[in-house]
Amino acid sequence: MRLIIFAGPPTCGKTTVIRQVIRRMIRKNHKPAYLKIDVLFADEDKIIREEFNIPSRKLYSGELCPDHCNVVVLDEAVEWAQKEGADFLFVETAGLCLRCSPYVENSLGVVVLEATSGMNLPYKIGPMLTLADIAVITKIDLISQAEREVFRYRVLEAAKEIRVVESNALYGIGIDPIVKHIETTNELEFPMFLRGNPPVGTCTICVGKKEIGAKNHFGVLRTMEHDLFYIGE
Amino acid sequence: MDIQSICVIGGFGKTGEAEKVERFELKMGDIISIVGPTGCGKTTLINDIELFANQNTPSGRTVLINGETMPEDFSFDPKEHPIALISQHTNFLSDLPVGEFLKIHAKVRGASDPERLISETLEFANQLTGEAIIISTGMTELSGGQTRSLLIADAVIIGNSPIILLDEIENAGINRTKALELLKQYRKIFVFVTHDPHIALLSDFRIIMKNGSMEKLICTNPEEMKVAGELGKIDNLMLNFRTFIRNGQEISGSMMKEQLNILTLTN
Repeated sequence: MRLIIFAGPPTCGKTTVIRQVIRRMIRKNHKPAYLKIDVLFADEDKIIREEFNIPSRKLYSGELCPDHCNVVVLDEAVEWAQKEGADFLFVETAGLCLRCSPYVENSLGVVVLEATSGMNLPYKIGPMLTLADIAVITKIDLISQAEREVFRYRVLEAAKEIRVVESNALYGIGIDPIVKHIETTNELEFPMFLRGNPPVGTCTICVGKKEIGAKNHFGVLRTMEHDLFYIGE
Repeated sequence: MDIQSICVIGGFGKTGEAEKVERFELKMGDIISIVGPTGCGKTTLINDIELFANQNTPSGRTVLINGETMPEDFSFDPKEHPIALISQHTNFLSDLPVGEFLKIHAKVRGASDPERLISETLEFANQLTGEAIIISTGMTELSGGQTRSLLIADAVIIGNSPIILLDEIENAGINRTKALELLKQYRKIFVFVTHDPHIALLSDFRIIMKNGSMEKLICTNPEEMKVAGELGKIDNLMLNFRTFIRNGQEISGSMMKEQLNILTLTN
């Protein structure tokens, strides 16, 4: 199983990129599964299922932060994808808090950024960008070449080692290099660990427990099958 | 990237028929125009060029650079991209002041003397605009004409792109005759999408589009070049009236007579 985690601000084009990637993955005889984690509303699971006929699910994080939700359910999500016979699990997360990052060790972290979102965005989104392996810059057709160059420069200034891919995902431009990176991703290793250090806080994830899976945490939790519950004193 | 030539091999029009212009080639220093009624596929043609189409776009065209197709793993790093496309809807969205933006762009391009490049860029742009661009203005505060002027100047001077595609610059309210005159000083390939007969006749050749298809290629002949000169004068007459009106003058019949006199005197 290989795990590909997509993060990025709302409406930046994550789903459009993922659809183009999945289309190419299927053409290459891979078996992708898709999980969308969002806060209040998502219909991407349906769109993906209808378009590609692959295993596809969604989870609402609701009262949990989406990154928190990601941490406590990801082990079950991988099991689900394995049971469905998938060899790649694509997780799309809203990644809203900008202080955590959803990426797991031995997975591929992809951050999606909109070229139109302003030159300071790369400095504003912290570990969602700096801990990712690939930055996909979308909507490049809407800005001038000069601005593309300056935006790319700023991304690389914020995350020096990151690989930048520019894409006009609506027309499928710049997707092949992303697929190439995905295909060379390492096999997932268990137990899974978060890549980054979470911020100081009072929940088990916030205080630094990086083990994936609800069984490793206490406080307010949820699983794939059960809504919020509380474990602790 | 060292560009000597770019070649476009025809594909298919909207009806699925093969294009009548089977291929055309551009060498450094060439200026060409793409003409035809709206909706005929002019913009699609320059998009194909910018994307290095390799029978993978709806038109089925192929673009060769120095006689070869672009390798599949061609890096989309924009600073390696030999083509600058200035489209009708490109706007600046950056929240930086003009001076700082140009400075970063010059730095990205590894300029040894960024200050000189920045002032050259602004000087170029300001010859095309009505009111001069102020260096401390935010990019998003520029007018449509100022934006387009700065885009062109930046692509030519800081970007130093060998191939520049310009989509209907006449719509931006900039001085297009002046633009062409300035651009001609730089040895590059310029492709204009245009409805302007003056720009079309100042080009080395023009491609006539119809129904999504390259229908005809006409090389500008000596007589056409002479006509281009005449059209330039009419253009100037229009520009003079534009200046009168912009300056708040009232227009009279005698002004028209005077302008027409100048026109016939110079014939």
